[in-house]
Amino acid sequence: MINYIVRRLLAGVVLLFVISLITFFIFFVIPRLGGQTPESLASSFVGKTQDPKAIEGVMHRFGFDQSIWVQYGRYIKGVFFGYDFSNGAEQVHCFAPCLGFSYKNDILVSHSISEWLPVTLSIALGASVVWLLFGVTVGVISALRRGTWVDRAGMLTALMGVSLPVYFIGPLLMIVFANNWHLLPDSGYVPLTTDPYQWFMHLVLPWAATAFGLAALYARLTRVGMLDTLNEDFIRTARAKGLPERTVIFKHALRAALTPIVTIFGMDLGFALGGVVLTEYVFNLPGIGREAVDAVNQSDLPVVMGVTIVAAAFIVLANLVVDLLYGVVDPRVRLS
Amino acid sequence: MTTLPGDASPLHDNFGEEETPEPGTAAGKAIEGRSLTQIAWSRLKKDKVAIAAGGVVLFLILLAILAPLVTGIFGVGDPSKQYPDLLNPDSAMPAGAMGGISGDHLLGIEPIGSRDVFSRIVFGSRVSLLIATSASLLSLLIGIVLGVTAGFFGGIVDMAISRIMDVFLAFPLLLFALALAAIISDKFTLLGLTMTGDFLHISVLIFIIGFFGWPYAGRIVRGQTIALREREFVDAARVLGARPGRIIRKELMPNLIAPILVYGTLLIPANILFEAALSFLGVGIRPPTPSWGKMLNDAINYFRADPEYLIVPGLAIFITVLAFNLFGDGLRDAFDPKAH
Repeated sequence: MINYIVRRLLAGVVLLFVISLITFFIFFVIPRLGGQTPESLASSFVGKTQDPKAIEGVMHRFGFDQSIWVQYGRYIKGVFFGYDFSNGAEQVHCFAPCLGFSYKNDILVSHSISEWLPVTLSIALGASVVWLLFGVTVGVISALRRGTWVDRAGMLTALMGVSLPVYFIGPLLMIVFANNWHLLPDSGYVPLTTDPYQWFMHLVLPWAATAFGLAALYARLTRVGMLDTLNEDFIRTARAKGLPERTVIFKHALRAALTPIVTIFGMDLGFALGGVVLTEYVFNLPGIGREAVDAVNQSDLPVVMGVTIVAAAFIVLANLVVDLLYGVVDPRVRLS
Repeated sequence: MTTLPGDASPLHDNFGEEETPEPGTAAGKAIEGRSLTQIAWSRLKKDKVAIAAGGVVLFLILLAILAPLVTGIFGVGDPSKQYPDLLNPDSAMPAGAMGGISGDHLLGIEPIGSRDVFSRIVFGSRVSLLIATSASLLSLLIGIVLGVTAGFFGGIVDMAISRIMDVFLAFPLLLFALALAAIISDKFTLLGLTMTGDFLHISVLIFIIGFFGWPYAGRIVRGQTIALREREFVDAARVLGARPGRIIRKELMPNLIAPILVYGTLLIPANILFEAALSFLGVGIRPPTPSWGKMLNDAINYFRADPEYLIVPGLAIFITVLAFNLFGDGLRDAFDPKAH
């Protein structure tokens, strides 16, 4: 078991390495195909004066005058050993794992990410509880009441849900619940540590908007899975040996039907933790997704790299946790 | 699109001989010698919801193709024409109720910009459908080639392709697509070919959405191929001396058509949402070319004053995606005997 986890973690590190290389390469090469030069990149970080000396300084300080391999090597060295950084006036040491400094404002990338991450975690974890709970419940009820109006209503809602993007349902919810009925705040974020009640109230609409489409998807998957499982031999056996229907459905059928749900839940949660970009945009929440988009628009490579690696790490970890959970959900699975 | 289920391409001829429906299923007993495609089509015809959804899809495709004609009939043939007289001079919001809906402007006019919303919606459907369909085809093409290769040859080839898929699947996709779309702004030179304007932006979106979507298609195709590889008819072909190329083309592909068709139909709406999301975040199609996502991007600033401008493009996306999803669902039920 420990062996398996260690091996998976090592594979995950290799994967992150590859992703960091690809991200770096793309940000290095593509803008140059679009006509960008080291000088023009540097000139976007010196402010309005455009002093050639300052541009030269920025180019040297960020290493734009070096080859891609030297720049990437410096980045990776920073991740493992940390490195010293001069912002012109003083020397700053960035401890490993060092994700570098923002080109734009010289702030440590790891510091910025640690500020944005709680926002994204709040949205993603809360929404995941909502979508999993609603999705599986609706799916199970639909499967048990197959063909009735309950099933049809549930599945129609679910189909509408998968067709409603966050950037449409979000503003609609804001119009109804914030602008017309004044039940909930319109947008923005309040940290949990500042005011738990306001934190919750500000997140109700983002949770609902994020979870709606995914809950719909999970409801459909759970329903199909339950219908498949209920036809299996072991369910007939369970019924034949006189188990109460409740035990048959929840202990036997649902447990088996959940296996595919657990897989996709791991992927979805991993993605969500890497930035619920659309939700963060619609509701004006300063999470890592939205900040990364801004960084992309400003060619702030260290921030983009940092967020990409953190986001990919979440996906790798979520998948690992899911694989470990397999063994719990489905006893037939043996990890090796 | 709708000709596909009835399509009598030579590939399908193999079905009757090699893929005999399992005895005992309703389809097997009905009429002997019918291909899976024919069975599916007869099922699909009975599914009223799917047929209606298919009709809506067809209507939307026609609307996109005939956009200049349709908008011309309603007197709003130019999606960039401004009607500043129809704005409330104080707020720059459309004058009149419901976002300025009138006989001349069926869906009202946009705030600030004062262009006709109906015209922009109709022209916007072109961008949405073109990008979503082309990107789906690109994903399917790469997914089929690599999925079949991985599934059929197995071993180290499968290992290599599967690991590449893992890398793609671990990418924060939306973020990455945004990054790529944002840094390719106005001009892009590749292999001496310089692209600009709408052509560049549309190509970039098709590439990003299509290229990063292939592992999902690839995984499905790989799984199906592995399942088929072990079947007797493939062994038979191998014993008869067929080369791998022939086995893939003549034995495997015909059996992969159904899952690919179903997945493809469900991939298009997902890609419509993806394209709209990129345009919503401001990196897709650039103005003045109309796009639904860009309209929502504008609307997010004004929806408290002019909700109609949010609801119209939102509904356009919703209806289109719902129609494709319903049709795809019907198609899947028709091809999957277990569903009935």
